[in-house]
Amino acid sequence: MQLEQQLRNKRKEKDILLMTHIVLGYPSFDANREVIKQMVENGVDCIEMQIPFSEPMADGPVILKANQDSLAAGTKVEDCLSFGAEMAEKYDIPFLYMTYYNIIFKYGEEPFFQRAAEDGIKGLIIPDLPPEMGESFLALADKYQVAPVLIFAPTSTNERMRELAGHGHGFIYCAARRGVTGKKSEFGQDFNDYLTRCRKATSLPLAVGFGIQSREDIEALKGKADMAVIGSRTISLVDSEGPTAVGPFIAGLR
Amino acid sequence: MDKKGFFGNWGGAYIPEVLYQTFQELQKEYDRCRQDPAFWEEYLSLMSTYSCRPTPLTYAENLSNYFGGAQIYIKREDLNHTGAHKANNVMGQGLLVKRMGKKRVIAETGAGQHGMATATMAAKFGLECTIYMGEEDVLRQRPNVFWMEKMGATVIPVKDGSRTLKDAINEAFRDWVTNVDDTHYVFGTACGPAPFPEMVSWFQSIIGIEAAEQIIKYHGKMPAKIYACVGGGSNAMGIFKRFLDENDVELVGVEAGGHGIDSGSHAIRLNCPDASPGVAQGYKTMFLQDEDGQMKHTHSVAAGLDYVGVSPILSDLWEKKQVRFESATDNEVMEALDLTMKKEGIIPALESSHAFAGAFREVGDLSPDDAIIINQSGRGDKDIFTIAHAFEDPSWKKFIIDRGKEYSAK
Ligand SMILES: Cc1ncc(COP(=O)(O)O)c(C=O)c1O
Repeated sequence: MQLEQQLRNKRKEKDILLMTHIVLGYPSFDANREVIKQMVENGVDCIEMQIPFSEPMADGPVILKANQDSLAAGTKVEDCLSFGAEMAEKYDIPFLYMTYYNIIFKYGEEPFFQRAAEDGIKGLIIPDLPPEMGESFLALADKYQVAPVLIFAPTSTNERMRELAGHGHGFIYCAARRGVTGKKSEFGQDFNDYLTRCRKATSLPLAVGFGIQSREDIEALKGKADMAVIGSRTISLVDSEGPTAVGPFIAGLR
Repeated sequence: MDKKGFFGNWGGAYIPEVLYQTFQELQKEYDRCRQDPAFWEEYLSLMSTYSCRPTPLTYAENLSNYFGGAQIYIKREDLNHTGAHKANNVMGQGLLVKRMGKKRVIAETGAGQHGMATATMAAKFGLECTIYMGEEDVLRQRPNVFWMEKMGATVIPVKDGSRTLKDAINEAFRDWVTNVDDTHYVFGTACGPAPFPEMVSWFQSIIGIEAAEQIIKYHGKMPAKIYACVGGGSNAMGIFKRFLDENDVELVGVEAGGHGIDSGSHAIRLNCPDASPGVAQGYKTMFLQDEDGQMKHTHSVAAGLDYVGVSPILSDLWEKKQVRFESATDNEVMEALDLTMKKEGIIPALESSHAFAGAFREVGDLSPDDAIIINQSGRGDKDIFTIAHAFEDPSWKKFIIDRGKEYSAK
């Protein structure tokens, strides 16, 4: 699919790519606009936009609160999709949606894929939809050429990784550790062994996320992964210093 | 259950990848236990020595005469150790945990009964124990919080979302994905990702197995109807399972009507326009959710029924019309509770009182030759603060005020 090729092309020019995460409607769509502008201007390669859900089971405190506050402020799925279309139109980097399966299930799988494809969205990350539960989802992803991004975890066996890789497109999202988003990860020997296993299981680009916060973290991933994912860190930064702090932060990461 | 964990259109295992391996192991161990008759024997022996199995089936003579319809029998799950059917599931999973060699258990709890049972099991089996409980429920069910802590469990009040059962489940999952290697999540009801709905129902099925024998012994034939309250659905599945193939027995699930079906303030998931099919908390079922798929606030006077989803097995039985679903409002429930205490000297939990309210509405229309069984899933002692508050009991109020003064003076 297009996403994989786009990332491969960018990867030729940089030794590691950067993907960032925002929660739509938090703290507001206007703030989202400014944050994304700052991200793109400072060289972010790919952005995952989370459509908030009331039960974000795989998210830690920062993103959980962002989901809840966004919904409390009245964010609707439709608002998120129009915003996503606007961003994909405006900027020349791939945009993805991250959300939980119920949002897509309620919208209707096929209408959702159709809409995402029309709006120029390049991939979907759905942490609570393993491929066993996603037969029709995966078929539609293929039909509409919107990449289903699958997740590896440190608990995944080699066999399981190969199975997941067979269903995934675009890239593989490697969760750096057990647990939810937000907390810091350690990049020791265990982590390196894990990434080696990931690399062996698939030829897709590897993104590493969960707890990546600093230039040092990203430095440590060079040569082992293709893309680093910054999630909770920028959300906290916007909370404490406002959207304009994002640009300098991103610029200082590589 | 099919291979992917579905019951008809419902169920499945919508889990994050980090839990995949653990679920494989859990499923394997569960399958082994199902095939090993010695496991069930061990379970029965534990439940008859540590808990109070078989629990009695009590003939409610005064209530039967009062309504003048069918004979009313009450299955006394309140007489289990820790005061509710929750112990059946927890002790079963405890045996599984021992076989799997995990050192720590976590659980969500609404009414606190499942948390209580889990804390008890953890103490007995020497496991570390953390219980997640919505902040609102911590306040509603304070006595259970006290006992859980006394038994060595850590109780964590959950302050997110609606601060009730569903939020406690999310938080327990967050713990599990973090500590998956040494921790088992003792899921408390017949919901969640496969194999939990089936496994929990299996452990609870002991209720119906006993009740079938007992009703034949006392009444000479099968009952006309069986009533159970439905939160997640574990006590209902527990008593229904044995009778699913008995075509003359009507099974009735009673959900929490809260302030009424039109109030937007209830927990009616089946037969209610506010609910629709969805996927959350690891499984597919009927959820109380809006058109975007965001979960709605629920309400019930009974913390254990105050939940957005329902067992996928019950959604399947509902769709296939094998179980009829009714609801009872908070007010009806308080009346049924009052009547049961006065007539029989029995104190059902607020959750269980829903089953009583549902049964009382219909029992007068049945013939005295027939019998009904009401599943009393738990005892009401835990609800003393809520019940006293609802009855506006003056002497209790005075006691609390006096005790408060005594503590604040120190
Ligand atoms: C006494 C009692 N009855 C019923 C319930 C509802 O759960 P379920 O529907 O799983 O039986 C609870 C849950 O906490 C409970 O404590």
